[in-house]
Amino acid sequence: MSAPVHTGRPSWIRSALAVFLKDWNSELRTRYAVSALLMFVLTTIAIVLFALGTEGAPPHALAGMLWVVIFFSGMSGLARIFVTEEERGTAMTLQLTAPPSAVYTGKLLFNLVLVYAVNTVAVLLFFFFIQGFEVRTVSIFLVTLFLGSTGLAVMATLIAAIIAKANTKGTLFPVLSFPLLLPLLLAVIKATQLAAEGAFFAEAGGEFQILISYIGAVLTVSYLVFDYVWKD
Amino acid sequence: MKVEARGIRKVFNRRVIFRDVSFSLEEGKVLLVTGRNGSGKSTLVKIVSHVLSPTAGSVTFTDGGGPVKGAVARHLGLVSPYLQLYDEFTASEHLDMAMTLRGLRPDPAGADALLERVGLFPRRNDPVRTYSSGMKQRLKYAFALLHRPAVLLLDEPMSNLDAEGIGMVRGVMDEQRAAGILVVATNDLTDLERYDERVDLNGGKP
Repeated sequence: MSAPVHTGRPSWIRSALAVFLKDWNSELRTRYAVSALLMFVLTTIAIVLFALGTEGAPPHALAGMLWVVIFFSGMSGLARIFVTEEERGTAMTLQLTAPPSAVYTGKLLFNLVLVYAVNTVAVLLFFFFIQGFEVRTVSIFLVTLFLGSTGLAVMATLIAAIIAKANTKGTLFPVLSFPLLLPLLLAVIKATQLAAEGAFFAEAGGEFQILISYIGAVLTVSYLVFDYVWKD
Repeated sequence: MKVEARGIRKVFNRRVIFRDVSFSLEEGKVLLVTGRNGSGKSTLVKIVSHVLSPTAGSVTFTDGGGPVKGAVARHLGLVSPYLQLYDEFTASEHLDMAMTLRGLRPDPAGADALLERVGLFPRRNDPVRTYSSGMKQRLKYAFALLHRPAVLLLDEPMSNLDAEGIGMVRGVMDEQRAAGILVVATNDLTDLERYDERVDLNGGKP
Protein backbone atom coordinates (compact mmCIF):
# COMPACT_ATOMS: atom_id res chain seq x y z
CA MET A 1 0.00 0.00 0.00
CA SER A 2 1.29 3.45 -0.88
CA ALA A 3 2.32 5.88 1.80
CA PRO A 4 -0.44 8.48 2.19
CA VAL A 5 1.26 11.25 0.25
CA HIS A 6 -0.48 14.58 0.79
CA THR A 7 -3.40 15.01 -1.52
CA GLY A 8 -3.86 18.14 -3.54
CA ARG A 9 -2.23 19.11 -6.79
CA PRO A 10 1.21 20.62 -6.33
CA SER A 11 1.27 24.11 -7.72
CA TRP A 12 4.38 25.41 -9.47
CA ILE A 13 3.27 29.00 -8.84
CA ARG A 14 2.87 28.31 -5.11
CA SER A 15 6.34 26.83 -5.08
CA ALA A 16 7.91 29.83 -6.86
CA LEU A 17 6.07 32.25 -4.56
CA ALA A 18 7.26 30.27 -1.53
CA VAL A 19 10.88 30.70 -2.67
CA PHE A 20 10.29 34.44 -3.13
CA LEU A 21 8.56 34.82 0.25
CA LYS A 22 11.29 32.85 2.00
CA ASP A 23 13.94 35.22 0.63
CA TRP A 24 11.76 38.27 1.27
CA ASN A 25 11.13 37.34 4.92
CA SER A 26 14.77 36.41 5.36
CA GLU A 27 15.83 39.80 3.98
CA LEU A 28 13.37 41.63 6.26
CA ARG A 29 15.03 39.92 9.23
CA THR A 30 18.67 40.12 8.18
CA ARG A 31 18.80 43.06 5.69
CA TYR A 32 22.06 41.71 4.21
CA ALA A 33 21.33 42.49 0.56
CA VAL A 34 19.59 45.85 1.05
CA SER A 35 22.37 47.07 3.35
CA ALA A 36 25.10 46.02 0.92
CA LEU A 37 23.37 47.57 -2.09
CA LEU A 38 22.55 50.87 -0.38
CA MET A 39 26.07 51.19 1.03
CA PHE A 40 27.50 50.79 -2.47
CA VAL A 41 25.01 53.32 -3.88
CA LEU A 42 26.07 55.87 -1.28
CA THR A 43 29.77 55.09 -1.69
CA THR A 44 29.81 55.33 -5.49
CA ILE A 45 27.71 58.52 -5.51
CA ALA A 46 30.13 60.03 -2.98
CA ILE A 47 33.10 59.06 -5.19
CA VAL A 48 31.43 60.56 -8.29
CA LEU A 49 30.69 63.69 -6.28
CA PHE A 50 34.30 64.03 -5.12
CA ALA A 51 35.62 63.35 -8.65
CA LEU A 52 33.44 66.03 -10.21
CA GLY A 53 34.14 68.65 -7.55
CA THR A 54 32.49 71.95 -8.29
CA GLU A 55 33.09 71.79 -12.03
CA GLY A 56 30.35 69.31 -12.87
CA ALA A 57 30.18 67.33 -16.10
CA PRO A 58 28.12 67.37 -19.30
CA PRO A 59 24.76 65.55 -19.10
CA HIS A 60 25.82 62.72 -21.42
CA ALA A 61 28.78 61.92 -19.14
CA LEU A 62 26.55 62.05 -16.06
CA ALA A 63 24.16 59.61 -17.76
CA GLY A 64 27.04 57.11 -17.93
CA MET A 65 27.97 57.77 -14.30
CA LEU A 66 24.43 56.98 -13.16
CA TRP A 67 24.80 53.50 -14.63
CA VAL A 68 28.24 53.12 -13.04
CA VAL A 69 26.51 53.67 -9.68
CA ILE A 70 23.74 51.19 -10.55
CA PHE A 71 26.14 48.56 -11.94
CA PHE A 72 28.47 48.56 -8.94
CA SER A 73 25.66 48.56 -6.38
CA GLY A 74 24.11 45.62 -8.22
CA MET A 75 27.41 43.76 -8.21
CA SER A 76 27.64 44.11 -4.45
CA GLY A 77 24.33 42.56 -3.51
CA LEU A 78 22.62 40.61 -6.28
CA ALA A 79 24.85 37.54 -6.04
CA ARG A 80 23.82 36.96 -2.44
CA ILE A 81 20.58 35.34 -3.50
CA PHE A 82 22.38 32.09 -4.35
CA VAL A 83 25.69 32.57 -2.55
CA THR A 84 24.03 32.62 0.88
CA GLU A 85 22.22 29.34 0.13
CA GLU A 86 25.56 27.69 -0.67
CA GLU A 87 27.45 29.30 2.22
CA ARG A 88 24.82 28.32 4.77
CA GLY A 89 24.40 24.86 3.27
CA THR A 90 20.69 25.39 2.65
CA ALA A 91 20.92 24.94 -1.14
CA MET A 92 20.20 21.23 -0.73
CA THR A 93 17.12 21.98 1.36
CA LEU A 94 15.76 23.92 -1.61
CA GLN A 95 16.87 21.26 -4.09
CA LEU A 96 14.95 18.68 -2.11
CA THR A 97 11.75 20.64 -2.00
CA ALA A 98 11.20 23.04 -4.90
CA PRO A 99 11.44 22.36 -8.66
CA PRO A 100 14.49 24.10 -10.22
CA SER A 101 12.45 26.41 -12.43
CA ALA A 102 10.41 27.52 -9.40
CA VAL A 103 13.64 28.23 -7.49
CA TYR A 104 14.96 30.35 -10.37
CA THR A 105 11.65 32.22 -10.71
CA GLY A 106 11.39 32.91 -6.97
CA LYS A 107 14.99 34.11 -6.79
CA LEU A 108 14.54 36.26 -9.91
CA LEU A 109 11.38 37.86 -8.46
CA PHE A 110 13.30 38.73 -5.31
CA ASN A 111 16.23 40.24 -7.24
CA LEU A 112 13.79 42.23 -9.41
CA VAL A 113 12.07 43.73 -6.37
CA LEU A 114 15.46 44.48 -4.83
CA VAL A 115 16.85 46.09 -7.98
CA TYR A 116 13.73 48.20 -8.62
CA ALA A 117 13.76 49.46 -5.02
CA VAL A 118 17.48 50.16 -4.80
CA ASN A 119 17.70 51.73 -8.27
CA THR A 120 14.82 54.06 -7.42
CA VAL A 121 16.75 55.20 -4.35
CA ALA A 122 19.95 55.46 -6.40
CA VAL A 123 18.29 57.66 -9.03
CA LEU A 124 16.71 59.92 -6.42
CA LEU A 125 20.04 60.33 -4.64
CA PHE A 126 21.81 60.91 -7.96
CA PHE A 127 19.36 63.69 -8.87
CA PHE A 128 19.71 65.19 -5.39
CA PHE A 129 23.50 65.19 -5.11
CA ILE A 130 24.79 65.44 -8.68
CA GLN A 131 24.26 68.90 -10.08
CA GLY A 132 23.76 69.28 -13.80
CA PHE A 133 22.03 65.94 -14.34
CA GLU A 134 18.75 66.72 -16.00
CA VAL A 135 16.25 64.47 -17.74
CA ARG A 136 14.37 66.23 -20.51
CA THR A 137 12.41 63.21 -21.83
CA VAL A 138 11.06 61.55 -18.73
CA SER A 139 9.31 58.74 -20.63
CA ILE A 140 12.60 57.54 -22.20
CA PHE A 141 14.30 57.71 -18.82
CA LEU A 142 11.61 55.72 -16.98
CA VAL A 143 11.41 53.00 -19.64
CA THR A 144 15.23 52.78 -19.73
CA LEU A 145 15.42 52.53 -15.96
CA PHE A 146 12.76 49.78 -15.93
CA LEU A 147 14.28 47.73 -18.76
CA GLY A 148 17.85 48.26 -17.56
CA SER A 149 16.99 47.21 -14.01
CA THR A 150 15.11 44.17 -15.31
CA GLY A 151 18.01 43.11 -17.54
CA LEU A 152 20.49 43.60 -14.70
CA ALA A 153 18.42 41.45 -12.34
CA VAL A 154 17.81 38.70 -14.93
CA MET A 155 21.48 38.37 -15.87
CA ALA A 156 22.76 38.79 -12.29
CA THR A 157 20.45 36.03 -11.05
CA LEU A 158 21.79 33.57 -13.62
CA ILE A 159 25.43 34.50 -12.98
CA ALA A 160 24.84 34.26 -9.22
CA ALA A 161 23.55 30.70 -9.65
CA ILE A 162 26.60 29.78 -11.75
CA ILE A 163 29.24 31.26 -9.45
CA ALA A 164 27.61 30.22 -6.15
CA LYS A 165 29.41 26.86 -6.14
CA ALA A 166 32.84 28.34 -7.00
CA ASN A 167 35.48 29.01 -4.35
CA THR A 168 36.19 32.52 -5.64
CA LYS A 169 32.61 33.76 -5.71
CA GLY A 170 33.37 37.36 -4.69
CA THR A 171 35.85 37.92 -7.52
CA LEU A 172 34.11 35.84 -10.12
CA PHE A 173 30.77 37.67 -9.99
CA PRO A 174 31.86 41.11 -11.25
CA VAL A 175 34.50 39.60 -13.58
CA LEU A 176 31.91 37.39 -15.27
CA SER A 177 29.14 39.98 -15.10
CA PHE A 178 30.90 42.84 -16.86
CA PRO A 179 31.33 41.25 -20.32
CA LEU A 180 27.88 39.64 -20.15
CA LEU A 181 26.22 42.91 -19.10
CA LEU A 182 28.14 45.04 -21.62
CA PRO A 183 25.43 45.01 -24.34
CA LEU A 184 22.87 46.04 -21.71
CA LEU A 185 25.09 48.78 -20.29
CA LEU A 186 25.85 50.26 -23.71
CA ALA A 187 22.15 50.38 -24.57
CA VAL A 188 21.00 51.89 -21.26
CA ILE A 189 23.75 54.52 -21.26
CA LYS A 190 22.85 55.54 -24.81
CA ALA A 191 19.13 55.66 -23.97
CA THR A 192 19.77 57.69 -20.80
CA GLN A 193 21.85 60.13 -22.85
CA LEU A 194 18.92 60.49 -25.25
CA ALA A 195 16.63 61.19 -22.29
CA ALA A 196 19.05 63.83 -21.01
CA GLU A 197 19.30 65.47 -24.43
CA GLY A 198 15.50 65.71 -24.79
CA ALA A 199 15.15 63.32 -27.74
CA PHE A 200 11.74 62.15 -28.93
CA PHE A 201 10.55 58.83 -27.50
CA ALA A 202 10.76 57.13 -30.91
CA GLU A 203 14.47 57.98 -31.17
CA ALA A 204 15.20 55.58 -28.31
CA GLY A 205 13.31 52.75 -30.05
CA GLY A 206 16.49 51.02 -31.20
CA GLU A 207 17.89 50.91 -27.66
CA PHE A 208 14.60 49.61 -26.27
CA GLN A 209 14.58 46.84 -28.87
CA ILE A 210 18.10 45.84 -27.84
CA LEU A 211 17.11 45.83 -24.17
CA ILE A 212 13.94 43.79 -24.71
CA SER A 213 15.81 41.29 -26.92
CA TYR A 214 18.57 41.03 -24.32
CA ILE A 215 16.09 40.33 -21.50
CA GLY A 216 14.24 37.76 -23.63
CA ALA A 217 17.44 35.98 -24.66
CA VAL A 218 18.86 35.85 -21.13
CA LEU A 219 15.54 34.66 -19.67
CA THR A 220 15.34 31.87 -22.26
CA VAL A 221 18.92 30.75 -21.63
CA SER A 222 18.34 30.92 -17.87
CA TYR A 223 15.37 28.56 -17.92
CA LEU A 224 17.18 26.19 -20.30
CA VAL A 225 20.40 25.89 -18.29
CA PHE A 226 19.23 26.38 -14.72
CA ASP A 227 18.45 22.69 -14.11
CA TYR A 228 22.08 21.80 -14.87
CA VAL A 229 23.55 24.75 -12.99
CA TRP A 230 21.45 24.07 -9.91
CA LYS A 231 21.76 20.31 -9.59
CA ASP A 232 25.47 19.55 -9.33
CA MET B 1 6.02 3.08 -5.46
CA LYS B 2 9.30 1.46 -6.47
CA VAL B 3 12.86 2.76 -6.37
CA GLU B 4 15.36 1.11 -8.64
CA ALA B 5 19.08 1.86 -8.86
CA ARG B 6 21.04 0.35 -11.72
CA GLY B 7 24.83 0.26 -11.98
CA ILE B 8 25.48 3.52 -10.15
CA ARG B 9 29.06 4.75 -10.30
CA LYS B 10 30.36 8.00 -8.87
CA VAL B 11 33.73 9.56 -9.65
CA PHE B 12 35.06 12.72 -8.01
CA ASN B 13 38.24 14.18 -9.52
CA ARG B 14 39.16 10.87 -11.15
CA ARG B 15 38.72 9.04 -7.84
CA VAL B 16 36.13 6.31 -8.00
CA ILE B 17 33.95 6.60 -4.89
CA PHE B 18 31.91 3.49 -5.67
CA ARG B 19 30.87 1.51 -8.72
CA ASP B 20 28.13 -0.91 -9.82
CA VAL B 21 25.72 -0.15 -6.99
CA SER B 22 22.32 -1.63 -7.78
CA PHE B 23 19.21 -2.27 -5.72
CA SER B 24 15.48 -2.46 -6.08
CA LEU B 25 13.05 -1.37 -3.36
CA GLU B 26 9.32 -1.73 -3.16
CA GLU B 27 6.90 -0.51 -0.51
CA GLY B 28 7.52 -2.03 2.87
CA LYS B 29 11.20 -2.59 2.13
CA VAL B 30 14.20 -1.24 4.01
CA LEU B 31 17.64 -0.65 2.54
CA LEU B 32 20.68 -0.35 4.79
CA VAL B 33 23.74 1.43 3.38
CA THR B 34 26.95 0.83 5.29
CA GLY B 35 30.60 1.67 4.80
CA ARG B 36 33.47 3.29 6.58
CA ASN B 37 34.03 7.07 6.59
CA GLY B 38 34.60 8.33 3.05
CA SER B 39 33.14 5.25 1.41
CA GLY B 40 30.38 7.32 -0.20
CA LYS B 41 27.30 6.63 1.93
CA SER B 42 26.17 10.25 1.86
CA THR B 43 27.03 10.54 -1.83
CA LEU B 44 24.80 7.54 -2.56
CA VAL B 45 21.97 9.06 -0.49
CA LYS B 46 22.30 12.32 -2.46
CA ILE B 47 22.19 10.41 -5.74
CA VAL B 48 19.08 8.49 -4.67
CA SER B 49 17.44 11.78 -3.64
CA HIS B 50 18.27 13.27 -7.07
CA VAL B 51 20.31 16.20 -5.75
CA LEU B 52 23.51 14.75 -7.22
CA SER B 53 23.94 13.09 -10.59
CA PRO B 54 25.71 9.74 -10.84
CA THR B 55 28.71 9.48 -13.17
CA ALA B 56 27.07 6.37 -14.62
CA GLY B 57 23.90 4.45 -13.94
CA SER B 58 20.46 5.65 -12.94
CA VAL B 59 17.95 5.87 -10.09
CA THR B 60 14.30 5.67 -11.12
CA PHE B 61 11.13 6.19 -9.13
CA THR B 62 8.11 4.37 -10.55
CA ASP B 63 4.52 4.15 -9.44
CA GLY B 64 1.99 1.80 -11.00
CA GLY B 65 4.46 0.71 -13.67
CA GLY B 66 5.31 4.23 -14.94
CA PRO B 67 7.57 7.03 -13.76
CA VAL B 68 6.24 9.05 -10.82
CA LYS B 69 4.24 12.12 -11.75
CA GLY B 70 5.79 15.50 -11.07
CA ALA B 71 9.02 16.16 -9.24
CA VAL B 72 10.65 13.25 -7.39
CA ALA B 73 11.19 15.63 -4.46
CA ARG B 74 7.48 15.48 -3.65
CA HIS B 75 7.79 11.78 -2.84
CA LEU B 76 11.00 12.12 -0.83
CA GLY B 77 11.94 13.01 2.70
CA LEU B 78 15.59 13.30 3.73
CA VAL B 79 17.22 13.71 7.12
CA SER B 80 20.97 14.13 7.16
CA PRO B 81 23.72 16.03 8.97
CA TYR B 82 24.57 18.09 5.85
CA LEU B 83 20.98 19.24 5.32
CA GLN B 84 20.80 22.71 6.84
CA LEU B 85 17.81 24.73 8.02
CA TYR B 86 17.31 28.50 8.00
CA ASP B 87 18.55 30.05 11.25
CA GLU B 88 16.27 33.08 11.04
CA PHE B 89 13.02 31.11 10.70
CA THR B 90 11.03 29.34 13.41
CA ALA B 91 10.07 25.65 13.44
CA SER B 92 6.48 26.51 12.46
CA GLU B 93 7.71 28.65 9.56
CA HIS B 94 9.96 25.81 8.41
CA LEU B 95 7.04 23.40 8.30
CA ASP B 96 4.96 25.94 6.43
CA MET B 97 7.82 26.19 3.91
CA ALA B 98 8.15 22.40 3.78
CA MET B 99 4.71 22.34 2.18
CA THR B 100 4.65 25.54 0.11
CA LEU B 101 8.11 25.02 -1.43
CA ARG B 102 6.82 21.66 -2.66
CA GLY B 103 3.84 23.48 -4.14
CA LEU B 104 1.42 22.05 -1.56
CA ARG B 105 -1.02 23.87 0.69
CA PRO B 106 0.25 24.57 4.23
CA ASP B 107 -0.97 22.09 6.84
CA PRO B 108 -0.90 23.93 10.20
CA ALA B 109 -2.73 21.17 12.09
CA GLY B 110 -0.43 18.47 10.72
CA ALA B 111 2.59 20.66 11.45
CA ASP B 112 1.56 21.18 15.09
CA ALA B 113 0.95 17.46 15.56
CA LEU B 114 4.36 16.65 14.10
CA LEU B 115 6.09 19.29 16.23
CA GLU B 116 4.42 17.78 19.26
CA ARG B 117 5.68 14.37 18.23
CA VAL B 118 9.30 15.48 17.77
CA GLY B 119 9.16 17.43 21.04
CA LEU B 120 9.48 20.93 19.61
CA PHE B 121 5.93 22.22 20.06
CA PRO B 122 6.74 24.45 23.07
CA ARG B 123 9.60 26.04 21.08
CA ARG B 124 7.78 26.19 17.74
CA ASN B 125 7.87 29.99 17.54
CA ASP B 126 11.56 30.38 18.40
CA PRO B 127 14.08 30.96 15.59
CA VAL B 128 16.19 27.94 14.72
CA ARG B 129 19.41 29.80 15.65
CA THR B 130 18.39 29.38 19.29
CA TYR B 131 18.08 25.57 18.94
CA SER B 132 20.61 22.97 20.07
CA SER B 133 22.01 20.53 17.51
CA GLY B 134 19.63 17.83 18.79
CA MET B 135 16.62 20.13 18.40
CA LYS B 136 17.69 20.94 14.85
CA GLN B 137 17.90 17.21 14.11
CA ARG B 138 14.35 16.78 15.45
CA LEU B 139 13.13 19.64 13.26
CA LYS B 140 14.74 17.97 10.24
CA TYR B 141 12.52 14.94 10.91
CA ALA B 142 9.41 17.10 11.01
CA PHE B 143 10.52 18.90 7.83
CA ALA B 144 11.06 15.57 6.06
CA LEU B 145 7.84 13.92 7.22
CA LEU B 146 5.11 16.58 6.98
CA HIS B 147 4.26 15.88 3.33
CA ARG B 148 4.14 12.13 4.13
CA PRO B 149 6.80 10.96 1.68
CA ALA B 150 6.65 7.52 0.12
CA VAL B 151 10.44 7.27 0.35
CA LEU B 152 12.29 8.31 3.50
CA LEU B 153 16.09 8.59 3.41
CA LEU B 154 17.94 8.81 6.72
CA ASP B 155 21.68 9.52 6.74
CA GLU B 156 23.21 8.97 10.20
CA PRO B 157 19.67 9.02 11.66
CA MET B 158 20.57 9.17 15.34
CA SER B 159 23.21 11.90 15.24
CA ASN B 160 22.92 14.52 18.01
CA LEU B 161 19.82 12.87 19.51
CA ASP B 162 19.25 11.97 23.16
CA ALA B 163 17.60 8.72 24.29
CA GLU B 164 14.11 10.17 23.88
CA GLY B 165 14.95 11.41 20.40
CA ILE B 166 16.36 8.01 19.43
CA GLY B 167 13.09 6.43 20.58
CA MET B 168 11.16 8.87 18.44
CA VAL B 169 13.30 8.01 15.39
CA ARG B 170 12.78 4.28 15.94
CA GLY B 171 9.04 4.93 15.88
CA VAL B 172 9.37 6.92 12.64
CA MET B 173 11.38 4.07 11.09
CA ASP B 174 8.78 1.48 12.08
CA GLU B 175 5.98 3.57 10.58
CA GLN B 176 7.87 4.15 7.35
CA ARG B 177 8.70 0.46 7.10
CA ALA B 178 4.97 -0.27 7.28
CA ALA B 179 3.83 2.41 4.85
CA GLY B 180 6.59 3.11 2.36
CA ILE B 181 10.27 2.72 1.55
CA LEU B 182 13.04 3.40 4.04
CA VAL B 183 16.72 3.92 3.23
CA VAL B 184 19.15 4.22 6.15
CA ALA B 185 22.84 5.07 5.77
CA THR B 186 24.84 4.55 8.94
CA ASN B 187 28.08 3.33 10.47
CA ASP B 188 26.28 2.09 13.54
CA LEU B 189 24.49 -1.18 12.86
CA THR B 190 22.52 -0.83 16.09
CA ASP B 191 20.60 2.01 14.38
CA LEU B 192 18.77 -0.53 12.27
CA GLU B 193 18.39 -4.14 13.29
CA ARG B 194 15.97 -5.31 10.61
CA TYR B 195 16.47 -4.59 6.94
CA ASP B 196 15.63 -6.24 3.64
CA GLU B 197 18.55 -5.26 1.49
CA ARG B 198 22.05 -4.04 2.24
CA VAL B 199 24.58 -2.08 0.20
CA ASP B 200 28.05 -2.34 1.70
CA LEU B 201 30.26 0.35 0.22
CA ASN B 202 33.39 -1.17 1.77
CA GLY B 203 33.29 -3.60 -1.13
CA GLY B 204 33.72 -6.58 1.18
CA LYS B 205 36.73 -5.06 2.98
CA PRO B 206 36.46 -4.88 6.77
